[in-house]
Amino acid sequence: MSAAAPAHDHGHGHHDDHAHAHPTGLKRWLFTTNHKDIGTLYLWFSLAMFFMGGTMALLIRAELFKPGLQFLNPEFFNSLTTVHGLVMVFGAIMPAWVGFANWLIPMQIGAADMAFPRMNNWSFYLVVPAAILLVASFFVPGGAAASGWTLYPPLIIQQGIAVDMTILAVHILGASSIMGSINIITTILNLRAPGMTLMKMPLFVWTWLITAYLLIAVMPVLAGAVTMLLTDRHFGTSFFNAAGGGDPTMFMHIFWFFGHPEVYIMILPAFGVVSAIIPAFARKPLFGYASMVYATASIAILSFIVWGHHMFTVGMPAAGNLFFMYATMLIAVPTGVKIFNWIATMWKGSMTFETPMLFSIGFLCLFTIGGFSGLVLAITPVDITLHNTYYVVAHFHYVLVSGALFSIFAGVYFWLPKWTGNMYNEKLGKLHFWLSVIGFNLAFFPQHFLGLAGMPRRIPDYALQFAEWNMWSSIGAFIFGFSQLLFLYNVIECIRSNRKSEQMPWEGADSLEWTHLPTPAPYHTFETAPVIK
Amino acid sequence: MDAALAARNRQTLAKLLVVTGLMLGFAFAMVPLYRQICDALGISQTRVVGATNTQVDTSRTVTVELLASSSGLPWQFEALDREVKLHPGQVVTVRYRVRNTLGRPVVAHAAMNTAPARAVRYIEKQACFCFTNQVLAAGEERVMPVVFLVSPTAPRDIDTISLSYTFFELPQGAAS
Repeated sequence: MSAAAPAHDHGHGHHDDHAHAHPTGLKRWLFTTNHKDIGTLYLWFSLAMFFMGGTMALLIRAELFKPGLQFLNPEFFNSLTTVHGLVMVFGAIMPAWVGFANWLIPMQIGAADMAFPRMNNWSFYLVVPAAILLVASFFVPGGAAASGWTLYPPLIIQQGIAVDMTILAVHILGASSIMGSINIITTILNLRAPGMTLMKMPLFVWTWLITAYLLIAVMPVLAGAVTMLLTDRHFGTSFFNAAGGGDPTMFMHIFWFFGHPEVYIMILPAFGVVSAIIPAFARKPLFGYASMVYATASIAILSFIVWGHHMFTVGMPAAGNLFFMYATMLIAVPTGVKIFNWIATMWKGSMTFETPMLFSIGFLCLFTIGGFSGLVLAITPVDITLHNTYYVVAHFHYVLVSGALFSIFAGVYFWLPKWTGNMYNEKLGKLHFWLSVIGFNLAFFPQHFLGLAGMPRRIPDYALQFAEWNMWSSIGAFIFGFSQLLFLYNVIECIRSNRKSEQMPWEGADSLEWTHLPTPAPYHTFETAPVIK
Repeated sequence: MDAALAARNRQTLAKLLVVTGLMLGFAFAMVPLYRQICDALGISQTRVVGATNTQVDTSRTVTVELLASSSGLPWQFEALDREVKLHPGQVVTVRYRVRNTLGRPVVAHAAMNTAPARAVRYIEKQACFCFTNQVLAAGEERVMPVVFLVSPTAPRDIDTISLSYTFFELPQGAAS
């Protein structure tokens, strides 16, 4: 079957037997309803946003290299931290996972395409204007939103038109996410090939199914919260305005009811990707498949009852604080099950360490560190001193950068041969990994120390005793940031190179896209559903 | 895609849209829910009812006599409440009435003094017509409040205070 796939990048891969023409050039990409094209669009978009958000991060770290104000005025600094967060969460990580979902879910369950291909096209093309609104808000009077990505009132109520642009962007992104999620759930529930029972699905499909349910549960809540902000700003309501009988604390409750599931939305697909890669490179089946599924579901359910751990300092009753503390610690149990299963999968495996495996192992070690600092922060009395310090910044970058982002890198290197038909440059891939892992740890590990010493986050200047670790952190951030140009180079070089990938570049890969489809995957796949035994 | 599958997909779509709508409703339902929970737990910070002033010294009563006069101005100026009895720390409101008897607008300012003179530092005014210049058109009449308290730190031997206001005309063109 591998003969069916002449070498080209997937962009011209219409080589199956079907004669119906599809448009080429710009029209192809604008009107496409092909899940692979849309996946590609999502992935390139998220890469562009990743560099945008990364540039903002480097501006922040440049300012924090030394104490005192060097380059930026404080208002602009606040805008940078805000938009960096929003762009990375909604522009880089989430669209990257939707891109993976588009590319992989139909192929992994033996479906020809997504359930609603036209809606799929819309999901993507809504994301673009939202991103433009977010980034363009830097150039309106008053500058971009400067409240932090959590958009807390009363500050956000008082800012200029940029906030309205941000709110509109969040609305559009929410609509796009909900449409994408409905598409994914319907695809998984209705379009599985005969014999592909739920408990035979690859874990990536499982984690995305659960993620999609989380998305349709919480994106409407965020939409409601920002709508309330909007009406408070312009239509005389007082949801959060104390002078009119509202309460800004209520915004925190609504926001974090969305916000905590949101962090699992960004990490669950990562669990799925790592659960595909570690068995492939350990050449052993995944240890404890069923427990992985149940652990993912438990994490998702628990994510709805832990939001209060973001607000231990707002004056909840002690019983409330304790409830959220214990509920949060409970999440460590299913997460521990997962970590255990990945390690058990590697146990006595015939492991090799190509780039996808390196990033997966990097994920495993560093995500665990992020998980542990999360447990520290879950302890109410400890959190009261660490709240809003750099310890929190270190914690969530360990779970979102070395967690979500590293597994995105792992997944891209793992599936690039399937997507493009070409092998990436292994040497440069490994160089990318090592530069990333060193730069990342140098950037973020010292932030634990800064936080424990009391350095507050989101402030452009700091006391002199924090100078040393901030300098190292900035150096690490610049190493990490610039080594991502190598990733861009690796991807482009892979697409343009002539290093044909073998049909099975990875010995241990066992999902349908490897076992039942040629490499590279043709433009249309599984038009006749395979039968799974 | 056959018709049966398309129908099944639409059915799933409809169900998921209902979930989405319900969750949007839930976001707004959190507003009354939050109020209810805060009230039930007694942690409401924004809607305090029946606040009491704990600074009132009810162990003693001070009599404040209110006087009014005007210097070189033929105005009718009088205290509507001639005398109030109050506890130190208790916020009271008294009213003065003034009428401009002249055929022209007048800008005037009121000055306060007390007897005994040392009581002046224990009168804490929260609102007073004496804070600003008063502009009265020809023949205009006005009732003006003074909101004040006698500080609980006032010495116990001060049991009567005369509070007197005198209006002085300001030169034409003075800022109002």
